[in-house]
Amino acid sequence: MASLTSHSATTVGAFTAEVFAAHLARVQHLPAWWLDRKRAAYDRFAALPLPKRTDEGWRFSNLSGLSLAGYKLAEPINHQQVTKQDLGAPGAGTLLLANHQLVYAEPLAAKFTQQGVIFTTLQEALLKHSDLVRPHLLAQPSKLGSAKFVALHEAFLENGAFIYVPRNVTVDLPLGVFHYASGTGTALFPHTLVVAEENAKVTVADFFRSSTGAGAQFACGGNDLYAGHGAQVTYLAMQDWSRETLSFQFNATVARRDTRVLSINLHAGARQARHESFSQLQAPGAHSEMLALTIAHGTQEFDQRTLQIHQAPNTSSNLLYKNALLDQAKTIFSGLIVVDPDAQKTDAYQSNRNLMLSDEAEANSLPGLEIQANDVRCTHGATSARIDAEQEFYLESRGINPTQAQELLVFGFFEEVLGKIENSQLHDSLAEIIREKFKA
Amino acid sequence: MSLLEIKNLHISIGDKAIVKGFNLTIKPGEVHAIMGPNGTGKSTLAKAIAGHPSYTITGGDVILDGKSILAMQPDERARSGLFLAFQYPSEIPGVSIANFLRAAVQARMAEGEELDASGYYKKLYSKMDLLKIDRKFTSRAVNDGFSGGEKKRCEILQMAMLEPHFALMDETDSGLDIDALRIVADGVNTLRSGPLGILLITHYQRLLDYIVPDFVHVMYDGRIVKSGNKSLALELEAKGYDWVKQEFAAANA
Repeated sequence: MASLTSHSATTVGAFTAEVFAAHLARVQHLPAWWLDRKRAAYDRFAALPLPKRTDEGWRFSNLSGLSLAGYKLAEPINHQQVTKQDLGAPGAGTLLLANHQLVYAEPLAAKFTQQGVIFTTLQEALLKHSDLVRPHLLAQPSKLGSAKFVALHEAFLENGAFIYVPRNVTVDLPLGVFHYASGTGTALFPHTLVVAEENAKVTVADFFRSSTGAGAQFACGGNDLYAGHGAQVTYLAMQDWSRETLSFQFNATVARRDTRVLSINLHAGARQARHESFSQLQAPGAHSEMLALTIAHGTQEFDQRTLQIHQAPNTSSNLLYKNALLDQAKTIFSGLIVVDPDAQKTDAYQSNRNLMLSDEAEANSLPGLEIQANDVRCTHGATSARIDAEQEFYLESRGINPTQAQELLVFGFFEEVLGKIENSQLHDSLAEIIREKFKA
Repeated sequence: MSLLEIKNLHISIGDKAIVKGFNLTIKPGEVHAIMGPNGTGKSTLAKAIAGHPSYTITGGDVILDGKSILAMQPDERARSGLFLAFQYPSEIPGVSIANFLRAAVQARMAEGEELDASGYYKKLYSKMDLLKIDRKFTSRAVNDGFSGGEKKRCEILQMAMLEPHFALMDETDSGLDIDALRIVADGVNTLRSGPLGILLITHYQRLLDYIVPDFVHVMYDGRIVKSGNKSLALELEAKGYDWVKQEFAAANA
């Protein structure tokens, strides 16, 4: 460990070798392979530089906001301080993790556990189902610029959720995971790992929230979604950290033959939030739908980087990221579609749409394509527009006041994404969260 | 008694005067057809009365039930009892007809008063039955991807739900084939039995075979140049608008 302490505090910030040692001491009961990986990850984190102005993957980002100083490891909290959360819809199970500790669980119904479905904390999964976790947990490379922060996530990952659905099993109700950060300065490293085996079907919803009055926090989370042949995975994430929080979310999706993966990310919280999403279409018939909705207020910055890699013929992907910008908020979207040479008949779509609700807001779009096959259909585009005056007049001409007319139009803008949620109660509950956030 | 009075109305788009001294009074239950060649100010009249921000009223007044509406915002005008059926209704993706109409109905209630959801749906479905509209229609986004006929039926449904005192129907027949026209006209005739007053703007006599007006007015160069009953529309059909233009030119010579 001595060699690590020589690294400048400016690149590791609060996450010094001593703090890492303290973290390792908390998780020493976990399998040795995992602890080895964490040590290697810490070394990578400490060795890598912070992003620089010249890094293409950080174009337009506020680099000065990325300082890692001033945070501390999550402290154990009093369970009574955490109010029980619910999905807003009947679910198959719920986990509530506060500062990485499991404080509440609504276990899976017996009919699912009898079929071999696993829904538990990542710590328990590492202890009891190491063979199922190991091939998938953080197994994909970081390709979107945050190698340092992904390594930080792996090094300090303390707990999270593990969902495993065996072959031919359908979990017909959503599973809810609540990640709750309490205390000023708290650093949280949540992770959700979803493994759906052949022809399995599952819906998982992740919620990220801060305790009231939490102030500045640091959230560095990730999710791995693995869809085996014929599997259908729906993943929803609602990011609603405190408005002073620096947030990272890393997604890696692996889609095997004839899969359908739908991920919907809602971004509302944080001071500065970076989201990296990486989909690999690995076998024919794989389909990945990558959707996101962002409500950017005040001086918030939402930085979204995406990569769709088509590695096999007859694969399809559809990306739609919609941002509503208010006040002096800023969004960055940078997306790349890569089609490998033998991925013929790829059908890939990428779109970023920005609804400008303020003249002072700033939306940056960098769509990109890298096509090495010759028989493909790929389209991409980005638009930024204000509320359409004719649409607004139409609503007002029915007696609806201008404020409400604008609200309806903004919700209409979001509905294109929200409408993809098949579970209507879950849809309504997410719509309500957005409505509340929008009014705030 | 409810009354819509349009008095010596002048309307401009930018610096260009479009409507130049339009006068008309509509009583409850009356249907007034406004006919005239393209570019004569018919649609401008309807949109400006509804409060469209692109039009400036430079003179005259519009009085609804004794009160001028010119200082009112478009939403206030609508809540006061005016309804504009658009020639080209806007498409509103992501907003269902049910939610849109609900917001419009809620907007007409007193502050703090809660909409009774079951009563609302009961009324909505009864209006849809009356207009022979499939109930699945309400979950579709407003006009999004609708055919011309569906858009116009959606306008009529809104009119039925919001129960205005006066409706300004702008080229309701445009873009409709004969079957769609008949369906839309049936809808208007169904609503007509009440105290509703209608200003029906049309370029073609065809619509008036289905919605028979009480009065027909010919608009030319921004004002009414001729008024009569249903037979005036037939006369126009036979002689064409050139007849009006020549008469107008002769009168102004």
